[in-house]
Amino acid sequence: MSRPRLIKEASAPLQLEKELLLRIHDLMVKTRALEERLIQMYKQGHGYFWIGGPGEEAFNVPLGMLMKKGQGPAYDYLHAHYRQSGTILALGEEPIGALRQMKNTATDPYSGGRNFAGHFSLRKYNVAPVSSPIEVQYAIAPGTAMMQKRHGGDGITIVTGGDAGTAEGDFASCLVWSTRPANPLPILIIVTNNKWGISTAGDEQHGEKHIADRARGFGIPAKTINGNDPIEAYNELKEAMEYVRKERKPYFIEAMVSRLYGHSSASGANFVGNEVDCLKEFEARLEQEGVLTRQQMDDLKNRYTEELAAAARQVRDEPQPDPDSIWKHIYAEDK
Amino acid sequence: MANMAQAIRMALHYAEENLGVTDIFGEDVGMPLGGVFTCTQGLKTAWNSPLDERGIIGAAMGIAMGGGRPVAEIQFCDYVYNTIDLLKLAGNTCWSSNGDWNMPMVVRTPVGSGIRGSIYHSHSFDATMTHIPGWKVVMPSTPLDAYGLLITACKEQNPVMFLEPKALLRVKGEERIPGEPDDDRALSKMIDAPLGDRSQWKAQWPELQEFAIPFGKGKLVREGSQVTVVSYGRTLPLCAKAAATLADEGISAEVIDLRSLWPYDWEMIKQSVQKTGRVLFVNEDTEVTNFGEHLVRRTVEELFFSLLAPPRLLAGKFLPGIGLADSLEMASVPQQNDITEAIRKLAAEQP
Repeated sequence: MSRPRLIKEASAPLQLEKELLLRIHDLMVKTRALEERLIQMYKQGHGYFWIGGPGEEAFNVPLGMLMKKGQGPAYDYLHAHYRQSGTILALGEEPIGALRQMKNTATDPYSGGRNFAGHFSLRKYNVAPVSSPIEVQYAIAPGTAMMQKRHGGDGITIVTGGDAGTAEGDFASCLVWSTRPANPLPILIIVTNNKWGISTAGDEQHGEKHIADRARGFGIPAKTINGNDPIEAYNELKEAMEYVRKERKPYFIEAMVSRLYGHSSASGANFVGNEVDCLKEFEARLEQEGVLTRQQMDDLKNRYTEELAAAARQVRDEPQPDPDSIWKHIYAEDK
Repeated sequence: MANMAQAIRMALHYAEENLGVTDIFGEDVGMPLGGVFTCTQGLKTAWNSPLDERGIIGAAMGIAMGGGRPVAEIQFCDYVYNTIDLLKLAGNTCWSSNGDWNMPMVVRTPVGSGIRGSIYHSHSFDATMTHIPGWKVVMPSTPLDAYGLLITACKEQNPVMFLEPKALLRVKGEERIPGEPDDDRALSKMIDAPLGDRSQWKAQWPELQEFAIPFGKGKLVREGSQVTVVSYGRTLPLCAKAAATLADEGISAEVIDLRSLWPYDWEMIKQSVQKTGRVLFVNEDTEVTNFGEHLVRRTVEELFFSLLAPPRLLAGKFLPGIGLADSLEMASVPQQNDITEAIRKLAAEQP
């Protein structure tokens, strides 16, 4: 079998420790199984809408693994978008929570049945609530970064979004506010570039060669990386985070990723087949390097698929939110 | 007595010293200007932001999420409109995260006409802002109320929109702010930045005391028996003056300063209307889908059998803007005569 094209000569053999490779792989498989279960639930009528991140696992899993996890400005903040189940699972969340959000049950830990799938909120880990408007998170993220800079320590703010949304002004706001000479900020600005905005190809709408070039205009160190390679993603994210933690200045990553099931259930949520599948490619490398056998990987996938099917059956019988609960949490109570 | 701009400044000083306010910011909010209306002069946590309203609201949200307590300013409410979806997001963050997150943030913005501000410095924002759930919305008409409401705003766990009637920012109060010196000139010397070089200037703050006005409580400005007038902001003193004028004609008008638009003091309105049987709501935002229309609707639904006349709304004309010429501004939003006449007419209506 020929070498997968992702392997650079310099990078073979696999650059990470075996234990780390296994953890990344495990989380990628778990995330894919979760996303496929969410799509199943949608297709079976156990949810009104699906949106998620199959095709972004190789980037999003290392991101979650590398985050400094905790609550408050001493820890990392994540202003995420709606394709980041891999990050959430890497932070240690149980996948059944995502299923509950899909089924909009009262038990949904992220929104109590109020929001779409993939719209996570975990204050305990500084994960800001994901919202549907594209790119608003880029306007908000400098605020948490300011508090972290003032707090001291090495906590950073991470903001992610898609390529299409960089056309919104909030993306420019983020670049401006992160690099004010009066107060440069410890922020890792990320764009996962899948080259699509729903049905519109990015190259029809964007004249810039790389989105990262826009960050360079602000003097931000910026890289365009292969987000389909979990090893490259891990190493680049690690380097970027170390820079931001130490220098207390912004860093920019544009990660080229795939969108394996289209934009959302609105476009059918069917496997597209003509994009790089990061999991498939990673597994070929793991097999080739003797890290895992095909059998072991198939067993893992089957185990997660079965676990998630069981979890979905459990979630199906859980209650919907009480209609009277609409009045809860309009305001926070004084603490 | 302090004017409203000084009262706001003193409340912010009190809040940054005592209530944990961490960031007072916006366009030209820091020194040397200290705000285009001088509301933020000499404050230790004030800083200048880029000219980016979405960035300002976004940063305030982030600061609140990061454990800070921001007071952001939008220089004129006319420029807040491109932040509407962020305001919506700030208002729904607690609800949509099922109580996981909350947003202790204050946004201040000058509103309304009265300075011949033409099309983009005369807008009102109360109608639009009261369409955005999850916020608390207040609008003082006196310096003391501005002080007390802003202190409450800075103690809130939720987003607060603090609307400043720009026509009243320079008007001196009739009530003393707790801790304010007796002499106006002494106060000015202490806290107003000097003209010219301000680089070495520091405010000398008086020993201010906490004075918090709870949200949702109106103020009975004048008692009366024949007609209730409910207003807030710039039009409130006009209503009070109209009531005083009409008293000479034997018309007894009760005047309520709503102060807090959301939540609002329905009990006060209700008790007054049950007594008078007539009510006029007055504000200067455009009249179609105006907040006063909500109050009219509620009055009709809940107080119909107490009414002696249809509830009325006197508001700004439904126009794309307020023109610069004196004649245009005067014709576009309620003026003294419009209000006096509307009260006189309503008082005379019989079933």
